[in-house]
Amino acid sequence: MTEPQIKIENLYKVFGSNPESVMDLVHDGIDKNKLLVDTGHTLGLKDINLSINPGEIFVIMGLSGSGKSTLIRHFNRLIDPTAGKLIIDGMNVMDLSQDELLEFRRHRISMVFQRFGLMPHKTIIENVSFGLAVQKIEKKERYEKALRWIDDVGLSGYEDQYPSQLSGGQQQRVGLARALCTDAEILLMDEAFSALDPLIRSEMQDQLIELQQKLNKTIIFITHDLDEALRLGDRIAILKDGEVVQVGEPQDILLNPADDYVEAFVKDVNRARALTVETVMKAPVNRITAETIGEALVQMRGFKSEYGYYVSDEGYQGVVKQETLETAVKDDLVGDDWHEKYYEDVPTVAPGDILEEVIPETLDNQVPLPVVNDEGELEGQLSRAQISKVLSNE
Amino acid sequence: MSETSWFTEFPQMDRADLLAIRKTLDGGYREFSRNYGEAIESFFDPILAFLVWFEKLLINAPWLLVIAIIVGIVYGATRSWKLSVGVIASLLLIGYLGMWEDTMRTLSIITVCTLLSIALGIPIGILMAGSNRAQSIITPILDIMQTMPAFVYLIPVVMLLGIGKIPGLIAVIIYAIPPVIRLTNLGIRLVDSEVMEAATAYGANRWQKLFGVQLPLAMPNIMAGINQTIMMALAMVVIASMIGVKGLGQPVLKAITNQYFTLGLFNGLAIVALAIIFDRVSQAYAKRSQRHMGGAHND
Repeated sequence: MTEPQIKIENLYKVFGSNPESVMDLVHDGIDKNKLLVDTGHTLGLKDINLSINPGEIFVIMGLSGSGKSTLIRHFNRLIDPTAGKLIIDGMNVMDLSQDELLEFRRHRISMVFQRFGLMPHKTIIENVSFGLAVQKIEKKERYEKALRWIDDVGLSGYEDQYPSQLSGGQQQRVGLARALCTDAEILLMDEAFSALDPLIRSEMQDQLIELQQKLNKTIIFITHDLDEALRLGDRIAILKDGEVVQVGEPQDILLNPADDYVEAFVKDVNRARALTVETVMKAPVNRITAETIGEALVQMRGFKSEYGYYVSDEGYQGVVKQETLETAVKDDLVGDDWHEKYYEDVPTVAPGDILEEVIPETLDNQVPLPVVNDEGELEGQLSRAQISKVLSNE
Repeated sequence: MSETSWFTEFPQMDRADLLAIRKTLDGGYREFSRNYGEAIESFFDPILAFLVWFEKLLINAPWLLVIAIIVGIVYGATRSWKLSVGVIASLLLIGYLGMWEDTMRTLSIITVCTLLSIALGIPIGILMAGSNRAQSIITPILDIMQTMPAFVYLIPVVMLLGIGKIPGLIAVIIYAIPPVIRLTNLGIRLVDSEVMEAATAYGANRWQKLFGVQLPLAMPNIMAGINQTIMMALAMVVIASMIGVKGLGQPVLKAITNQYFTLGLFNGLAIVALAIIFDRVSQAYAKRSQRHMGGAHND
């Protein structure tokens, strides 16, 4: 495991006139509503602990009021916590002086906003190069760099327009280009795609995934949309009433929701699109390793199925049916050795395939599909029954 | 006095006490102006020198040149031939009707008042926008400045500085500065919080935020404030003339006391002409500096 790049430890945020004064009550676990009624303070975030690895897309998701926008503003200290630590690359961001904080924001971390946060009085190229202008970099140099990013997000030719002349999706591309232009390793995205209509949103998601494959940034992505979270996230944290209720990889969240709240969330998700073959397949119990057909038949009877997956030293070879083998033995056509013509015409699937893509093949075939990895080894088997079980939310 | 007199008649302070209060305050202030009047007057000397210099410049410059410069500014700001022609016509008429010198005097004091109001008002507005406490202190002061009858604050100013240009200038600024302060404050407070957050998130410091984001985005409001300030300054011209500010106000004052209707009308119309020129120029400039507000809003 790599060292986490960002660590949040015991972070609390209380809003009100004198947040420090109520921290004892908060530590004692006072109820959020009781705190508000008794003291007039609002508990925004409660005991947040997260570690985020370099190069991953970490999604923080929650409904409105869950504190997710408050939380993301702690990463670059747009909001200061009431208590707790924020450690980035081993440095406690809370200890930074005002000047160090400016430097930190200029070089280490950048941000994309829900309603874009573009400067309406600046042109696109001025907006994209804003972070560099703040660093007092020469105009020529920053425009050169900005032009490259404008090109990368597909907005070439728009550089002298004003934001109001662009559509929502284009404006958010400007926001993204601006964030990438400072070369910060950490990218904060606060509901970056929520204000866009669904088609543009999924386009932007694709673009982000594509860019991320090239750039390998550490991205913290806030969303209220679980489909988006599952699509983008390497890991997902679910926030409820200012507390983290579950952190895990997308399939963990889907298949093992931590509580009723998460379960209610994941109920409406399109699982076929969110899950991969790997997460649904069964271990390859019908593996046949026998060297002769006779032994293979014995093995097959042993696991009480009429089919098997023949695996030799070179890896997965093919699917065989009991009936075919028995006929072969009876007719004594080619002796006891394996031959290609015994194999059934069954496609293989890869462990990383999205479930949705393999559903047709699964339904078309009587036998469960063999799951074969890049090295040609049999990793599992995928049956119709397993798919229907997962998709029907059992 | 009957038993229930307090019920029908307001139980007011004793006359002698009231008189004593007034005497003490007036005496105190008189003492203050006797002791510090000269020091304060010398503080304003540079402004007075500038005011006199600028007035002489406008009066002594060839009238054709002055008209050419004014029209040049008008055309440069508005790019409108119609307005430029109107300005030429009204300036020629003003000169022909014998009001050229007074108009130049008024133009000079209004210009100086406006520049000073902007120079003082915008920083105060910025201060107000940055702190709720400053806002809660300054707002009532602005309310007083706008509603207190001008004659009332003319009294202490005249007591302190005598009659002349500087007291007139102070009176005009007191009356005219509130709009630019209020609208600077409002304009900055109305800047989209997410845009400000973005500036902060990319590491902009206070000055970069102020000059790069807040002031440019508050500019439409600030310009509206400046426009209002100019209009109010012009409205004060007549009152200022009562304490010795020369210009278009004095003939108006003379017209009031002697019932010369035509004299009053001519000079009044000259003030209106100046007002229209200032108004159109400042508005056109404001509009042209906001090019980005145009464009297709296709959300």
